[in-house]
Amino acid sequence: MADRRTFIGLGAAAVLALVSGCTGGATEEKPADFSGEVTGAITVLTNRTDLATTALPEYAKKFQAKYPGTTVTFEPVTNYEGDVTTQLSSGEYGDVLLIPNTVKVGQLGQFFEPLGTVEELKATYRFVDEKAFEGQVYGLSLGGVANGFVVNKRVFAEAGVTAPPTTPEAFLTALAAVKEKTGAIPFYTNYKDGWPLSFFNSQRAILGDPAVNENFPADPAPWQAGKTPYITDGLLFDIVKNKLSEPDPLTTNWEGSKPMIGTGKVGSMLLGSWAVPQMKDAAKAAGANPDDIAFWPFPYQTGGEFHARIEGDYKAAVSKTSTNKATAKAWLEWFVNESGFAADQQSIPPVVGQELPAALKDFQATGVELMEIPAAVTNSGKEDEIIKASEIDLAGNIYRQKLVDIARGAAKGDKESYFAELNKRWGEAQSQVMR
Amino acid sequence: MTTTMERPAAVKPASGSKIRNRSLTPWLYLAPALALLITFTYVPVGNMVAYSFTSWDGLDVTMEPVGLDNYVKVVTDERYWRVFLISGYYFAASFVQIAIALYFAVILSFSTRFRNLFKGILFFPYLLNGVAVGFVFLYLFQPDGTLDTVLRWVGLGDHTKFWLGDPDIANISLAGTSVWRFTGLSFVLFLGAIQSIPSEIYEAAEIDGAGDWHKFRHIIVPGIRRIISLSFILAISGSLSVFEIPFIMTGGANGTRTFVVQAYETAFQFRQIGLASAMAVVLLLIVLLITWFQRRLVPDEEVTLS
Repeated sequence: MADRRTFIGLGAAAVLALVSGCTGGATEEKPADFSGEVTGAITVLTNRTDLATTALPEYAKKFQAKYPGTTVTFEPVTNYEGDVTTQLSSGEYGDVLLIPNTVKVGQLGQFFEPLGTVEELKATYRFVDEKAFEGQVYGLSLGGVANGFVVNKRVFAEAGVTAPPTTPEAFLTALAAVKEKTGAIPFYTNYKDGWPLSFFNSQRAILGDPAVNENFPADPAPWQAGKTPYITDGLLFDIVKNKLSEPDPLTTNWEGSKPMIGTGKVGSMLLGSWAVPQMKDAAKAAGANPDDIAFWPFPYQTGGEFHARIEGDYKAAVSKTSTNKATAKAWLEWFVNESGFAADQQSIPPVVGQELPAALKDFQATGVELMEIPAAVTNSGKEDEIIKASEIDLAGNIYRQKLVDIARGAAKGDKESYFAELNKRWGEAQSQVMR
Repeated sequence: MTTTMERPAAVKPASGSKIRNRSLTPWLYLAPALALLITFTYVPVGNMVAYSFTSWDGLDVTMEPVGLDNYVKVVTDERYWRVFLISGYYFAASFVQIAIALYFAVILSFSTRFRNLFKGILFFPYLLNGVAVGFVFLYLFQPDGTLDTVLRWVGLGDHTKFWLGDPDIANISLAGTSVWRFTGLSFVLFLGAIQSIPSEIYEAAEIDGAGDWHKFRHIIVPGIRRIISLSFILAISGSLSVFEIPFIMTGGANGTRTFVVQAYETAFQFRQIGLASAMAVVLLLIVLLITWFQRRLVPDEEVTLS
């Protein structure tokens, strides 16, 4: 093991002083210390640049009224993942921040304070195990989302489909009917922007198996009939193969896709429930009926029932380098428990027992069981390692773009050959990581 | 003895201090430039080379040394070296770029109507931000976008394609964008070089009865040989390190992933800073090697026009 500091020594001694600012990051494991008075100033990093000067200061005002003597300032970060990852290695990353997904669970302790054990906190909060390592929770969710299809139900109704299809085949038939009877693009992949393709990985609950995250890294060949990636990626393949998606996927545009589904030029997209209010707004702005937008479960039933995964959005944590941890923790807990942020954002409340927002109640009315899937414990972090070694970005878009290319005939191969290749690459990396 | 001993001794301190001054002063002037150069060029490169021997993820406090594993992977794994082949499209395009730039540079060196306007028009694309260029061309290449509309106007409607969606055309479309963007740079280099050729030589050639082609062939080309050779070095290293145009326009999808896009994904999507550093080092070595070969093939001799 070589310490990062030793490498920096390569430069001239005079230069060392200039670059040593980049070598921060505490190494020693100390137990969290949140003692001290709740007072003074804290800085909160946020990805919600749209709310940083509007809604967020309102919350801060309420917090400051409850704890006199405190000041909360927000630092909006536009490119949150990338910029904060860079900031983390500098040691300067505010007092409260959202945990970037680039931080592996095993590294959480290097940057954030443990907030308590999973056992203690799961009685109060949902999604506590998503950013936890060895039983310690490092981040609290600010709100949860469900996964499924955002659809324009008027378009589907015109094609004779009024209820969510229950099998992938039925879904394909429904899309074909949409194409034939309405002329709308039945399914929009958002291939160019890429990240919307990652929602095919968020459908892990479809088999109704709560141990799926634990067992996933143990499987050397997940692209096999009956397994989740085969079903979800397979549906994507079939949609594109049957020409039920946009004709030129290379020129898609996320912002442009919102009014398209709002006005019924597009039938469906696979996204999180967070997208529903955005699509409704876009429909309203384009002069269409926002009530046309609905949220449907992934077309697969186990035991005669739909299952949809619900998961926490970004988790907020207390920075390890914070000099005012007492106030930082007080803010975090107040924001999650009392601010009402989740309800304002129409997301699943992070506190157990609080009521679901209206959009999700409608979703539940389609007969779907909302499932929170526990994170892996024994195989904690293994899936990330396999993804890294195999370069199959399960939670990303690169390999799914290739899948779309193959399906539309723009790259060599077919469904079976590509799934075989994925199984081979995954299996090789898996055998290294899990040995 | 004593006098001879003393005399040099008396001279020495004076000349010594002069020498010390002389040897120190240039370094003093150089210091700021050297400090900047070392800080922002050599230390980062040194760090990158060091990272390339580790499996660092860009975040962890510890770095696991892995020896030459990263280099072995870059050289042997098809997924890494195949992306180099994409550079071929951009390299081929750079010939088109140099030809167009040279053509216009020659024409606009002599009195042509509106020549300053045309110079401006040709150089303008290079001034545009690469991201903006990407977006402009994304719109141009859209189905029923500008390009398709123009083709239909001129009666070539049957030739419209998915300019970025069709895997056979996508790289050519992107390379075309690159030509559009960088022709201005080559053009300005050529123009500057051509204008530095003394006008008497042309006059003398005209008296001898040389036509335009002869002037181009025997005066201009030898006169700007160094710049042409420089353009080719830039073309090679540029086509190996293409990044922003495919990154913005297709994100590397549809078989347009270049080596640098692949390195970017390895570093920031898969958090393999070590492997990505090894890729960067390999790219650096290849560029150095090609430049060295090129200098051997076309020696940098003094230009003589006589």
